[in-house]
Amino acid sequence: MDLRKRLLLLAALAAALPAGAQEKFIVVASTTSTEQSGLFGHILPAFQKKTGIQVRVVALGTGQALDLARRGDADVVFVHARSAEEKFLAEGHGVKRFPVMYNDFVLIGPKSDPAKVAGGKDILDALKKVKSTGSLFVSRGDRSGTHIAELDLWKLAGIDIAKDKGPWYKDTGQGMGPALNTASAMDGYILSDRGTWISFKNRGDLVIEVEGDKRLFNQYGVMLVNPDKHPNVKKDLGQAFVDWVISPEGQKAIAEYKIGGEQLFFPNAGTPGA
Amino acid sequence: MSNGAILPLCLDGVTFAAGGRTIIDGISLEIAAGPSTIILGANGAGKSVLMRLMHGLLAPSSGRIGWTALEQPGAPRKQAMVFQRPVLLRRSVQANVAYALKVAGVGEPKRGTLVREALESVGLAHLAHRPARVLSGGEQQRLALARAWALHPEVLFLDEPTASLDPSATREIEAVIRAFDAAGTKIVMATHNLGQARRLGDEIVFLDQGRLVERAPVEQFFSKPQSAQAAAFIRGELPWT
Amino acid sequence: MTEALTTALSLLVTFDPKLVEIVLLSLSVSLTAVGIAALLGFPLGAALAVGRFPGRRTLIVFLNAFMGLPPVVVGLVVYLLLSRAGPLGSLGILFTPSAMVIAQTVLILPIIAALSRQAIDDAWREYEEQLRSLGAGRADAALTLLWDTRFSLLTTVLAGFGRAAAEVGAVMIVGGNIDGVTRVMTTTIALETSKGDLPLALGLGIILIAIVIAVNAAAYLTKELAQRRYG
Repeated sequence: MDLRKRLLLLAALAAALPAGAQEKFIVVASTTSTEQSGLFGHILPAFQKKTGIQVRVVALGTGQALDLARRGDADVVFVHARSAEEKFLAEGHGVKRFPVMYNDFVLIGPKSDPAKVAGGKDILDALKKVKSTGSLFVSRGDRSGTHIAELDLWKLAGIDIAKDKGPWYKDTGQGMGPALNTASAMDGYILSDRGTWISFKNRGDLVIEVEGDKRLFNQYGVMLVNPDKHPNVKKDLGQAFVDWVISPEGQKAIAEYKIGGEQLFFPNAGTPGA
Repeated sequence: MSNGAILPLCLDGVTFAAGGRTIIDGISLEIAAGPSTIILGANGAGKSVLMRLMHGLLAPSSGRIGWTALEQPGAPRKQAMVFQRPVLLRRSVQANVAYALKVAGVGEPKRGTLVREALESVGLAHLAHRPARVLSGGEQQRLALARAWALHPEVLFLDEPTASLDPSATREIEAVIRAFDAAGTKIVMATHNLGQARRLGDEIVFLDQGRLVERAPVEQFFSKPQSAQAAAFIRGELPWT
Repeated sequence: MTEALTTALSLLVTFDPKLVEIVLLSLSVSLTAVGIAALLGFPLGAALAVGRFPGRRTLIVFLNAFMGLPPVVVGLVVYLLLSRAGPLGSLGILFTPSAMVIAQTVLILPIIAALSRQAIDDAWREYEEQLRSLGAGRADAALTLLWDTRFSLLTTVLAGFGRAAAEVGAVMIVGGNIDGVTRVMTTTIALETSKGDLPLALGLGIILIAIVIAVNAAAYLTKELAQRRYG
C-alpha cells in the first residue's frame, strides 16, 4: 500500500476513535472495590442525566487513587480510608472532605473454619483466633482502604502483624477480587467489603464467618482535588459532582442500590464527624 | 574525450585480496572500444572478481582502475552488468525495465518508449505485463539483458550469463548478446565455456590464478596458445558448446 | 469450560452492544498503533538494513532486545510522561484512547523495526549488487526493498498486531480501564477475572482469540494469493 493510502487509512482510524474530548467530563479516582460493587454503574447515569457531565472512574487501590490525585491526574477522589484522606488534605491536595456513605467489611473464611470463628460478633477476637491457630489468612497488601482497615484491626487486637506474621499470613499485593480468588483457591480467611463479596462468583468453599461488628464499618469520603495546587482540575464540574453525591438526591440513589435485594451502602453525608 | 565516452578502461597493477587470500594478483590491461572481449579462465581464476572490479562494485586493494571519462552521479549510467543469476523485482516484466530507467532519471514519455524498445530487442514484448519472477530462467536472463541495455550503455559486462541455463536458453541469450555487439555496445563477458568464447568473442583475455596470462585475438588464442596454462586449459576443458 | 463457550456464543449471537463497543475500541486502538508503528518502523528497519552509520549495530541490538519489552513497563513509562505531573501532561490525553494508542505504538515499534530490518537485510544480500549496478543510492534501494519485501512485511505487521491486541499491562495503566471510554477486551477480561466471573472472562478470551485468528487467516490468504501472482 503506498504512502498516501496508508496516511488516509490512519486518518480514518484516528477519526473513528471515540472523541472523548468533546463532552463535559471529570475523572474521579476511586477504589476497585467500589467500582466492582457496581455502585457507580447505578448512580452515575442519574448524575449524567441531571447535569450532562460524564464521570470517568479510574479504579485503583486507595493509596494509588490518592497518589493519582497528588499528581493532578484526577478531579475528584472518592475513597474509604479516613486517615489517608486527612493526610491528603493536610498536604494541601484536597479542598474539603465530605462524608458520603459507609459499607461494611466481613470476615470470609472456609466452610471448614479451622480457627473456629464462625458466627462470632467480635472481629478482634476472631483475628486473635486466626493467628493463634496459624490458619491461612490472605491480605490485600496494596495500601487500599480495605488493607488499611485490616491493619488497623490487627493493631486494635493487640497484634503487631508486621512483626508477628508467619507463613500463615499471605501478603498478596492484589485488589479485592484477585485476593478473594486467592483465598478461594487456598481455603484461607480474608477481610472483604460486603459489596465485592456479594458480586463475587468464584467462592469455592468460602462463606461469611463474622459480620456486624461496629469496628467493621467502612466510611467513604469525597474530596475535590485542590485547583490551586493543580490548575487543570475541572473545578466547577468536579464541585457539581461532590455537591450532588452529598445532596438528598445523590444520597437516595446510593441507598437505592441493591444486589440480590440487599442494600450495600448506607448514606451518611449528614452525620457530623463521620 | 570530447564525446564523454568512458572507454578505454585502464587497469594498472590491480590486486584484490579478501579473507587473507589474494584473488587478483597484479593485473594491468586496457579495455578499448570495439571488439568484444572475453575474460576466460577456469573456476576460481578470478574472473568474477575482475568483472566486479571493472564495473566498480569492488574497490581494488592496490593499483588503479581508471575510466577515460568520469560518470556523473545521478546521470544515466554508461556501463551496465548482467549477473549469472538475474535479480528481478517483484513486479511486472516491463516494470523491471522501467525501474532501471527511473533510477537513471529518465521521465515519461521517453521511459515508456525505451522500455518497449528494450523488451522488443530481446523478444519479451509479449510478456510485458507478466510478473517477472514467474518467467523461465532463460526469459528472466533475457529480461536482465533488456534492463541492462535499455539505457544503451557504452559497456555491457556479463558475468557467466548462461552458466545456469539450458542449451536452448543459452542460444537465445547468445543471440541477444550478438545483436547488442552488432549495435555498437562494447561487450566484456566472463565465461569458462570454450565454445561460447569462440562463438561470441573477438579477443580473449585469459586468467589463471588471478593473473593475466595471455591476451590474443580469438582464432590465434585457440589455434596457437602462447602459454602453457592456456594450452592446458584448451586441452583439458570439455568441448561443450 | 462449556459455560464459557455458551457465554461467549450468547454474547456474540445477540451482538451485545457493550461487547461490540469493547471489541471495536480494541481493534481501533491496536490497528491504529500498528499503522503508526509501521509508518515509523519500516523506514527505520530499512535504514538499519541498508545504511552504514556509526552506532548502527548497537541500535540493532537494542531494537532486538526491546521486542521483549514488558507491556506494564511501557505503560508505566508512558503514564509518567502523560501524567499532569509529567512533561507531556498539558496534552491532557491520559486516560483516553489516544494514550492507549501511544503506549501500544511504543510497545510494538521495536518488533516491527527489528523484524522488517531482518527481512530487508536478507533481501539486501540478494539485491545489493544488482541495485548498486543500476546506480541506485542507499535511500532508493531502501524504498525499493521495502516494496519488494511487502509480503514478509505483512507478516511483521501481523506480529505487531497480535502483540498489541493481546496485551493488557500498557493499556490498563494509561487508559485506566474506564467503563465506556477506555475499556478494551483485555482489560475487560482482567476485570471480570478479578471479579471472579471466570466464565464471562473466558468467554471474552475466546472471542479475542477468534478475532486474532480471523485477522491472521485473512492476511495469510492475501499473502498466498499475492505471492502466486507476483512470484
